[in-house]
Amino acid sequence: MTTAVQVPTPPARTVGPMRQDRRRGVGRFAALLLSPTVLVLALVIGYPIVSALRLSFQVTHRGINPTTGMVENTTHVGLANYAGIFSGDSASQFWNAFWNTTTFTVAGVAIETVIGVAMALIMHKAFRGRGIVRASVLVPWAIPTAISGLLWKWIFQSDGIANTVLHTHVLWTTEGFHAWGAVLIADVWKTAPFIGLLALAGLQVIPGEVYEAAKVDGSGPWRTFFRITLPLARPALVVAVLFRMLDALRMFDLPFVLIGAHKHSVETLSTFAWYEASNLRYGTAAAYSTVLFLYIAVVAFVFVKVLGADLIGRGVEGKKK
Amino acid sequence: MSAVAAAAPRKRARRAGTSPWAYAGITAIVLYCLAPFYWMVVSALRRPADQFSNKAFPWPISLTNFESAFKPANGFGRALLNSLVVAGLTTILTLVIGITAAYVLARLEFRFKNVILAAIIATSMFPGISLLVPLLKLFVSIHWINTFQAMILPSMSFALPLAVFNLTAFFKQMPFALEEAAQIDGASPMQAFRKVILPLAAPGVFTTAILTFIAAWNEFIIALSVTNKQEMRTAPVITSLFTGQYGYDQPFGTQMAAGVVVTIPLVILVLFFQRRIVEGLTSGSVK
Repeated sequence: MTTAVQVPTPPARTVGPMRQDRRRGVGRFAALLLSPTVLVLALVIGYPIVSALRLSFQVTHRGINPTTGMVENTTHVGLANYAGIFSGDSASQFWNAFWNTTTFTVAGVAIETVIGVAMALIMHKAFRGRGIVRASVLVPWAIPTAISGLLWKWIFQSDGIANTVLHTHVLWTTEGFHAWGAVLIADVWKTAPFIGLLALAGLQVIPGEVYEAAKVDGSGPWRTFFRITLPLARPALVVAVLFRMLDALRMFDLPFVLIGAHKHSVETLSTFAWYEASNLRYGTAAAYSTVLFLYIAVVAFVFVKVLGADLIGRGVEGKKK
Repeated sequence: MSAVAAAAPRKRARRAGTSPWAYAGITAIVLYCLAPFYWMVVSALRRPADQFSNKAFPWPISLTNFESAFKPANGFGRALLNSLVVAGLTTILTLVIGITAAYVLARLEFRFKNVILAAIIATSMFPGISLLVPLLKLFVSIHWINTFQAMILPSMSFALPLAVFNLTAFFKQMPFALEEAAQIDGASPMQAFRKVILPLAAPGVFTTAILTFIAAWNEFIIALSVTNKQEMRTAPVITSLFTGQYGYDQPFGTQMAAGVVVTIPLVILVLFFQRRIVEGLTSGSVK
């Protein structure tokens, strides 16, 4: 990289050793500057991951030690925590949380993408009022999720504004399908604008000539959208959807604040693992969070492989396309 | 987005003009985004007696809810200060560490570069809960529960990968001739970085700072779990844990007022720096 630029009238004798010297320095220099980041990440991510994995194989029993006659905690190492996923009384709770996590993610991201793309198309068309739109679109994104959970809880009160506007008497924030729906609505409200922004950025890199050519060819608006806009905006959209899916899979604040902890209809893998941990069942909590982590990793892998979400290439190589 | 690409659609839009449909669409977007937020502000401004009124305008306007949010018993003022300390320190530390890493990854050639960048980006995928369990155990054993470092360090684990990712994109945009010139003038790599590159990267650093601050300010699961004393809670956590007079009734008016206070710094940031924030959010997806 240092050779990319031609130096005008290089003094022939000094360039050779100087450049070599620089090369040798680069590796060490890079290692030196990278070490704080690597250290922090090793400490707050590397260590917990390894530790969680170890923890997830530990099962703690409280029982009476036959030799001493005292109540003691004994720790076994085994697959019991993972076996509990498939059998035992916690299996149904686990699969309920797994199912909720998946449905929140699939339904949420699908709706958000449709609304987000619609928003992006409108923002792209609009010439005036761009500043206002951009600022207002950022508001739901900027409100802390916990606060927006409270806000929606207020909106969904039994005698709240949602029921007044809709002329219904749904008890949104109690257990049941409507609670699931309430969390979904709150999540879509908060994150659809985010997808809209990323999709808009994708639309803006499409050159105008492409549309003019399509117009000359007599392409209608729908055809233009599905044949030109969507394929060309796809790279940006795929990244947006991937980011959102990874976020939705680990959803915690919203169901926790909006409906409550350990509620069957909105329990996600994150809230379930948190519940286990807060009841000091660290082993099962670690096992469930490990499963969640693997789930997220698989989704990310499939996305990168199948849909070609090019995250890393962009960071390293810069503009590829 | 590059200047050329941004100019193209703008020119097209001017030629077409903004149609009535586009105005309707804009109105719909603004309503969609702001209506719930408006409801929070309006509810915060009602008198407690009018709390369950569903009128669109609060009248008479009252600041009682704000007063009760700041009642000493709630510890809300202290919580705001805690949030400021946690989010502020997280942002500063993340930037100091992230800038150097991003610079190295964007500007230098060395082995395993892609592997390192991939690993850093991958760490942003970890669910907070899987980090939480071991960290909680660790923090309990080293007596870090109810400390700032117990909130700041894990918070950095979420902020740092994204900051590195964002800053790498910014550093990439600068011409490589800059370091060349500095080094020809006899500057060491460190001097070239500090005196030439860093000042020019200031806008990108600033954008990343805003994004990091917002992310850290919004953090919930860690701050909830590593604190159990009221005076160490952050603002979003304490707001969600406000209890009513009798434990059963949720003090929504107070919560909405507190929510408005927690949200206002972010809304101001968004209003002032919208262009930069959008640039920062989209730099990863289209570049």
